[in-house]
Amino acid sequence: MTETTPSDSRPSPLVVLSGVNKHFGALHVLQDINLEIVQGEVVVLIGPSGSGKSTLCRTINRLETVDSGTITLDGHPLPAEGKELAKLRAEVGMVFQSFNLFAHKTVLENVVLGQVKVRKIPRTQAEETARALLERVGVAAQADKLPAQLSGGQQQRVAIARALAMNPKVMLFDEPTSALDPEMINEVLEVMRSLAAEGMTMVVVTHEMGFARSAANRVLFMADGRIVEENTPEAFFTAPRSDRAKDFLSKILHH
Amino acid sequence: MGILFEHGNFTLFRDGFLRTLELSAVSAVLALLLGILLAAFRVSPVPALRVFGTVWVNIFRNTPLTLLFIAVNFGLPQLDVHLSPFVFAAIALSAYTGSFVCEVLRSGINTVSLGQAEAARSLGMTFGQTLTLVVLPQAARSVLSPLSSVFIALPRNSAIAGAFSVPELYNVQQTLSDRGYAIFAIFFWVALAYLVISAAVGLLFRVIENRVNRLAVAR
Repeated sequence: MTETTPSDSRPSPLVVLSGVNKHFGALHVLQDINLEIVQGEVVVLIGPSGSGKSTLCRTINRLETVDSGTITLDGHPLPAEGKELAKLRAEVGMVFQSFNLFAHKTVLENVVLGQVKVRKIPRTQAEETARALLERVGVAAQADKLPAQLSGGQQQRVAIARALAMNPKVMLFDEPTSALDPEMINEVLEVMRSLAAEGMTMVVVTHEMGFARSAANRVLFMADGRIVEENTPEAFFTAPRSDRAKDFLSKILHH
Repeated sequence: MGILFEHGNFTLFRDGFLRTLELSAVSAVLALLLGILLAAFRVSPVPALRVFGTVWVNIFRNTPLTLLFIAVNFGLPQLDVHLSPFVFAAIALSAYTGSFVCEVLRSGINTVSLGQAEAARSLGMTFGQTLTLVVLPQAARSVLSPLSSVFIALPRNSAIAGAFSVPELYNVQQTLSDRGYAIFAIFFWVALAYLVISAAVGLLFRVIENRVNRLAVAR
């Protein structure tokens, strides 16, 4: 994938999946997945529901375990559940479809908690970082409110700030705009675009083709647990090679 | 009804009352700690701990408390563990009550959406941090009410200790009966004492519930 990496830095694989397989009961949800993601790359996963893209995204910080194959993060294979895995997870930001902000904590506390409890950063410094991040995603005015008092778009931006506060090496987005009202989708995508522009390594599961076109370095098209096609967004959207992808694109782009 | 104030009975009764309070308080603290630990075991990612928690709850929740007292009072000395009747009683009571606390907490934990724990783990929190910082505080509101039932039952369950040489309230009843006082008068005072303790525990939980609810609304 050397052609898709930023030209100024030597590509080093940050996330490597090789021969990954996973079953949910009889369903073979991930089939022989091989994937390398280099520093600074924005990879967008698209595909029909049930194709395994969310599952693939969640295996990268081991929220989903795999049946076979290996996943390495910055050269370290993902360990089993425990302190070592927790340490590695701190390096991976995760943004969920349903936001999952801590419901009993204020917006500010949501962004502070991980810094203080996991990174052991002094509270005053953590609050400073948190306020700066909330400012950056445009919700600084809501710092003292509870998540339930915010709109979906605001909550998702707080969730992004919470993940960024850990200073992660890679950010995973699992359908970050799928639970949002249409008018709130853009405010979240804008934040994600700016992150991408700053060189954050990102894996994004999304149905937002506009975002895939404008922000991705590489598009992976998944169907039935396999990566069916991978290409630059330009090539993928203008000239998909597989019938499966052509069919998918025709359904979502021309309605 | 005036028997309490005859022949030094009041001192006997007061000491029994205080001993019941002491036994209940010690057992309540131990049961709460044990219950939290067992609940953590039951939702832990380690299969051996889950099995341990499940086995514990099924044994201690499903055994009559009197049998547990017998097992502790006659079983532990066989293993060369010799402790006072009070400590034996506290062990039996907290092992029993802890299993109920565990199940209440576990049901509360299950009311908190899985996404909360996933978000905590994604930030790099350990299992213990996820549980104590994110999940349990959110479970607290839904467990307070059933938890109050468990802790109201505890002082009344502690009456069994009276039959195992702990000079608490129920034991006082036996002593007074032996002294030949009218059975109705004796039971009236003993029942009243248990009522006072249970009502106080209930009130305490109401206060905590109100405070938790007010905090949640205020913030």
